[in-house]
Order: sequence, then structure tokens, then C-alpha cells
Amino acid sequence: MAQEAAVESSNNGGSSKVTSPSPSPPPLPPRRNVSSDGPAQVAPAQSKPTTAVSSIDISTLSFPDGSRGTFSTSLPRESFTPNAGAYGTPSREAAAEGNLADAMSVMSFAPTMRPHGDLASLVAGGLNRKSRAWNMLRSQSETIQPFESIEFGAPGDLAGFEREFDEIPDDKADDVRMDMWKAKMKHYMILSSAGKPIYSRHGDLNLVNSYMGVVQTIISFYEGAKNPLLGFTAGNARFVIAIEGPLYFVAISRLGESDAQLRSQLEALYMQILSTLTLPTLKNIFIHRPSTDLRKPLEGTESLLSSLADSFTKGSPSTLLGALECLRLRKSQRHAINNVFLKNRSEKLLYGLIVAGGKLVSVIRPRKHSLHPSDLQLIFNMLFESGGIKSGGGESWIPLCLPAFNNRGYLYMYVSFFDGTPDAAFSPESTHQPTAPEPSDNPKWGNTEEQQEGGIALVLISADKESFYDLKEMRDKLAYQLTKAGHLSLIRAAAREGRPRVQSIVPGAHIAHFLYKSRANVQFCMSSLETLSRSSSSDTQALPPPAEMSSSEQPKRLLARRRLMSLYHELHASMHAKHAHLKVLHAVGEDAASLAWITPVFEFYCVAGPNVSRAAMAQGANRIIQWAKKEEERLFIIGGGVF
Amino acid sequence: MADSSAPKPSSSVKLVLLGEAAVGKSSLVLRFVNNDFQENKEPTIGAAFLTQKCNLPTRTIKFEIWDTAGQERFASLAPMYYRNAQAALVVYDLTKPTSLIKAKHWVAELQRQASPGIVIALVGNKLDLTEDGTGSGGDAEDAGGEDSGDARKISTEEAKTYAEEEGLLFFETSAKTGFNVTEVFTAIANAIPETSLKTARGPGASHAAARTEEQRVNLNGPRDPNAKEGCAC
Ligand SMILES: Nc1nc2c(ncn2[C@@H]2O[C@H](COP(=O)(O)OP(=O)(O)O)[C@@H](O)[C@H]2O)c(=O)[nH]1
Ligand SMILES: [Mg+2]
Repeated sequence: MAQEAAVESSNNGGSSKVTSPSPSPPPLPPRRNVSSDGPAQVAPAQSKPTTAVSSIDISTLSFPDGSRGTFSTSLPRESFTPNAGAYGTPSREAAAEGNLADAMSVMSFAPTMRPHGDLASLVAGGLNRKSRAWNMLRSQSETIQPFESIEFGAPGDLAGFEREFDEIPDDKADDVRMDMWKAKMKHYMILSSAGKPIYSRHGDLNLVNSYMGVVQTIISFYEGAKNPLLGFTAGNARFVIAIEGPLYFVAISRLGESDAQLRSQLEALYMQILSTLTLPTLKNIFIHRPSTDLRKPLEGTESLLSSLADSFTKGSPSTLLGALECLRLRKSQRHAINNVFLKNRSEKLLYGLIVAGGKLVSVIRPRKHSLHPSDLQLIFNMLFESGGIKSGGGESWIPLCLPAFNNRGYLYMYVSFFDGTPDAAFSPESTHQPTAPEPSDNPKWGNTEEQQEGGIALVLISADKESFYDLKEMRDKLAYQLTKAGHLSLIRAAAREGRPRVQSIVPGAHIAHFLYKSRANVQFCMSSLETLSRSSSSDTQALPPPAEMSSSEQPKRLLARRRLMSLYHELHASMHAKHAHLKVLHAVGEDAASLAWITPVFEFYCVAGPNVSRAAMAQGANRIIQWAKKEEERLFIIGGGVF
Repeated sequence: MADSSAPKPSSSVKLVLLGEAAVGKSSLVLRFVNNDFQENKEPTIGAAFLTQKCNLPTRTIKFEIWDTAGQERFASLAPMYYRNAQAALVVYDLTKPTSLIKAKHWVAELQRQASPGIVIALVGNKLDLTEDGTGSGGDAEDAGGEDSGDARKISTEEAKTYAEEEGLLFFETSAKTGFNVTEVFTAIANAIPETSLKTARGPGASHAAARTEEQRVNLNGPRDPNAKEGCAC
């Protein structure tokens, strides 16, 4: 049961709509249950040899537009992905979409998504490929990494991405600011149905006011015609619109994401607003005064919306997959931490979480309630992406609504970071701790990665707004015991270790990066991003001289990550497009080869250099999947601590 | 951190910061607790709880500070933070007139709803944005009206007069330069009547202690706005 729910929601392609892994207990079923529940489903995928990848490959490809029934592995990836996915919509709006496609002239089916998403290559397969001889030459080098040919700052579909997150300054002339605004590759706007601007990711609202007006007029026009506008394409930008009660959400993307993907991003922004206001409050505000300026009630949460938006623009595997990432720990260690957690539980506690750098370490919860990925996404965003809590130091007490849990009321969230000042992190008696001699036990410890990713947070959620001191007391006890038993230093060490490198999992495999989602657990794991950005800047001519490396390293990393995530988005969109019953998809582009593989148990995506053969990728994929299976109880939290 | 070896009586004081969003409440706390400043500080979410010790010659005060977010939607939660508080910092931005109006509302609410003995300090922040407020020890008290090219919108006189009428401590500060920040907290520490302080039994018991102490604050001991003792923290 539980497994089916998770599978189905993933197929909808909505990340924030993903239902809890546990509509009925047992909430997070262990692997054993999964395979015994549905051996018929699981067995084939697990037992087939590596060649299964290729055999399914060709036969199962089908797309909504029906234009591409068969696939040569040498097709450039641009030719199939963005458009196939771009018009896929969540099933709940399927009917409306169908009408719209027929009725609205603004819907464009020309592949205008990207400059080189050319029809020619789609039809004639290899027209703009390099010569056969060149290909043979290149095929000598399986070791060429994905995206190696990308020159930093070179024109292309991501030109200017390194300036995407720069603020538009107040002190420039309006036309200069407008040009900067137009150069952004991704916009998010929120406005009320009465046309009042509420939020824009880029530019102050004065600057974009007139555009908001246009958007409002267009949306209202179609809404008046009882035929809501869901999206349209203008030039190389895709517009996707979501209407949520009195609010209009608009995403404008030149990054090639599918409608379904953009829609789930807008959904997350809506969830953030609900988290601030609750649904009844939001409704009441507009029932009483439709012209209300929602900026006032939302004051102080712009940074939360922006950090959420930016994580989508940078490329968030968690959002893409609608799943959570956990810190890899031994099963026995996680078990021990859960037990300490449970033992010190306050009567007032509803949910307890330990999170290290955005990765879940431990969860305790009542048997009846599970946590929803979309709610956790909001919490993680608040803790690790936006600076509001972390930079304040000390402990936080935050009223918030977790919309997937209950969109009608507030819960109260206690947050404390374990690696703050020693004074704040440890009660005095914890200074003479018997165990844990590692240097990492120094409270001041933290390497750059952990600092970037934001430390270890304890999150205690209660329905009682007066429970701060109870939860604080629980935290003090927990901090003492986790420190004394060495758990805290263990968590630090695991966090410091970071994500595994592909080479350490499957030595010799030519895969550069992968994502693996366990569908039953609604969790995912991935390999280190570091290797990718490092290898992509390894030994090509594109590499800037060493002196310039440091200054350009950050944007380069950003760019490498976006390229990777764009590729994953395209794969994901193809796999999840309506009517696409894909099991395996292998695609080769100019600068990378990629493979997606979906079974009832997992979703797997990986990327390799452009010259890696399909067989080699399939073999690597199989080995990684076997690894994930073997490590399942370390990679994922199965069940968590239940009380 | 600056604990001297000689054990002094130590007591906890619950202090709450109130005021319009973005006037610099969190920045004042950050300056007081970490002696740090962040130029583009992100807004506080909910409320933050921090502690900081203040060493007076005869005793140690451990401030338990509630830094609230100040946004409208949290207004109904405010009583939770000022209930049982022995001290309050009501902050306004002296470059923003509406923020003083908001501050006056908070003062009125505290006088109506909080413990009768609560020590309230009115604090005009962002003094560095005014011409007189370069902050390196310059005497802000002389500043009068609004000079040209000066971001100040609220004169010292106006705020000071109001503070005197209401029996509040009054300071103009800059969290950015640190000017007058420690002084505010020291003055509050000194203004808390000794009789209302109970020696804390230790961390963890502190909030319970603060709650019982609170009942004795009602004695409303004398306030001493001119305290010269400094926090050694
Ligand atoms: N120039 C100046 N800016 C300040 C000062 N105090 C705070 N700020 C800035 O004002 C903004 C709001 O500060 P914050 O402490 O978050 O205000 P809060 O909402 O009252 O907590 C931030 O950008 C701070 O950097 C100050 O004394 N001088
Ligand atoms: Mg603040």
C-alpha cells in the first residue's frame, strides 16, 4: 500500500505533492516488506543482467507528440528532452491542458525552448554531429568527463548564468536595471488576483510592476473565459502559471525545465506562503479585502521565498525527485541515536529531527504521523539555505504551519545548532566527556564543506506554543548525552566525509555522477558534486590559468552544477512525461551521455562523459544500484524512531 | 566567558527586545553577545533566544534574551515573550519616524500587560547614519534637530522627553559601530533592583528562577539610568 502511494505520486512528477511515505502504518516499510509485497514487480528489474538496460531501451521509447519512437544512442540530447517534457503537466490538470492546447493560440509547439533545440537534428538524427572520423577519434577517450568542452563564459544556453544571483542595484538607471532584469534566466513572480504585486525574485517591485500588470491581465483574461492559462512560450522562455485561490504564481524559465517541474517549484513557493500564514488566514485576508497588499503580512519571509527559488534555479535534486537526502550512517549508529532521542523525549514533542547540513540524521515521530517531504523542504530551506536562523546564533522558537501536515494551524518549532559557540552548544557538565577523542569533537571544528552546508541542527516541533522551555530542556539533555556517547562527533565525521565519490563506490566505472531515489522511502542519495566540478576543470584548454582559478572557481562550480541538473531535469521530464512509459533511457549529447532507469523500487539517473558506451554506463549503473541496495539501511532512514 | 575566578552572586534576568522590523534589534543583540555586526542581516524568523553574562562589580547578571521578529503577524505572540520579563529593550530606528510610533505602542502595551516592575529601555538605533553619530565615542546627547544631509528623522530631544515622561531608560546606539550598546545592557543590569534578584542555582534552573524572581520585581526598586559600571563581556 504504502509503496504504491509513493510510486504513484512520483509518477505525477510533482515534488511537493508527494504524499507521505506512510498513509498507513507501518509508515516507512523496510525493504523486506517491499519485495515480499510485490515480488513480481520487483524481481525482473533486480534480476536482469546489465544488458537489460539496452534491451528495454529502444523498445519502450514513446513521447506525447509521438514523433520519436526509436532512439539512436548518438542522438544529441537537445533533440528530445526539453520539449517532450515541457508540455507534460500533472495529471490533475490534464483535462484543462488538453482544451488549452486546442484552443489557445499562445500555446506554441515550435521548439523555441532553446536556441539549438532544432528540428533538423530531431529529424535527421546526425546532421549536426561531428564527422564519423572525429567520433572515432574521440571514442578513444572514455575518460573524457561530461561538460569538459564547456568554456566558462562561452556563449550558449547558460551564458550569463554566473550573474544569475547578482542583485540588481538600486542606484543604476532604470533601463540598465531593466536590461539586467531581462538577462536573468529564471523569474518567479507572485501576485494577487486583483493584480497587486506580492513577490518577484529579481528587481524591486517598482521595476517589475508594469510586467506584473501585463501578467495579471493575461491570466485574468483566460480565467474570465473559464479556461485557465497554464503556460505559454515566448522566444526561448517558458512561462508557467499556477493559480492558488487568490494568488497567481508565475515561473519564467530559460533553463529548459518542464512544465511539471516548474509547477512543482511554484507549488513549493505557495507552501512557503501557507507556512507563514496558514490557509484560513490567507483566505480571510482576501475575502475581507481583495485588494490587500500581502507584502505586509508576509514581511520578513521574502528571503525564504528567494532562497527556495534560488535552490530551484541552481538545481535541487531534492525538489526534482520529491525526496529527502539522509546522512549516511551505520544502521546501529542511527539506531543508537534514535534511542537517545526517544529516551529524552519531552511530553510536548510532536516531531524531532536531527539534520546535518541539510541531510536528515534522525527522526522521531508519533506512530500516527509521518513527515511530508514538502514540509521538510520548507524547514530545511529555513535552516540551511536562508540565513535568518543560522546567523542569529542562539536558539530559535518559530511558529510555522506545515501545510502538508495541516494547513489550518501553526506548530511551534524549536531550533538549536549544535555547532554554535561552545557555550551555547554544550551545557557546562558536558565539557568533561569521557569518549570521542577525535579532533572533530572540538566544538569549533568545521571544514569548509560543513560550514557551507550549515552544521548540525536539532529541530523539535510541538503543537504547544508554551513549550519552549520544555523543549530547551530536552535539547540540553540530548546535547549532553549525544556528546557523551560520542554520537555528535560521529555525526560530524559523517557530515564532514560528505557525499561518496563514484570512484569510491564503483572503482573504475566511467560514471561521473548519479542520483538514486528509493521510491518506497521517498529518499534519495547522490554522489559528490565536488568531483564533477573538479574534473570538468581538470585538463582542458578551457581551463583558465591557475592564477584566475580561484576567482572563477565559484561561478564555475555553479555552472557545472546547473549543467548537470539541467541534464537530470531533461531525463526526469522524459521519464515522467505523460504517456511516456519509459523504463530506461539512454541518451548521448555533445558533452555528456546520460542514463535513466526507473523501476517500482528506485529511480536512477546518471551522467558520464560523451564517449562512454552504453554498455559501460549500464554496467556502472548496475553496480551503483547494487551498492545502494546493499547500503540501503545506511543511506536511508527506514521508519525512524516511533513513539 | 570573562568569568573571574572569584565567585560572585549570579542571577538570571529575562530581557525581551521589541520594536518594528528592521530597526536593528537582532543587530544590537549580535553586538552585545558576539561583538559582531552584519551589514545585510536577514530578518529574524520567529524569535531567537540568546544568553549573555554581564559582570557587575558586586554580582553577575546572566541575561536571557528574547529577540523577537517584530512583524505584525507575530504581534499576538509577543505576550509570551514579555510575560515574566524583568527588562525590555524597545528599539526604534532614528531614521524612521514610524518606528518611534511603533515603539510607543510597545511601551504602552508593556506598561499595561507586563510585570509591573519591568525595567524598560527606549533605544534609538542606527546612530551612525546621523551626522553626529560617527559613533567613536562622540556625545550623541547633543544632537538636536534634523541637519541637512543627515538621515536622522527623530531628534534626541523628542525621544528623550518621551522617555522621561514614561520613566524609561533612554539611549541612542549604533549596532554597527558598537556605540552605546554595552551601556544599554549595563544600565539595565544596574536598574534591576537587587532585592528582585535571586541567585541562580545553575543553568537549566535559570528560567524557573526567573519566573519566581519575577514576583518580587513588583517592588519596583529605584532605577539608575546613570550607572557607570560596565559589562565585562
Ligand atoms: N547603519 C546601521 N545599520 C544597522 C544598524 N543596526 C542594524 N542595521 C541594519 O539594519 C537592518 C535590520 O537589522 P536587524 O538587526 O535585522 O533588525 P531587526 O529586524 O530589528 O532585528 C540590517 O540590514 C542591519 O545591518 C546600525 O546601527 N546602523
Ligand atoms: Mg531581528
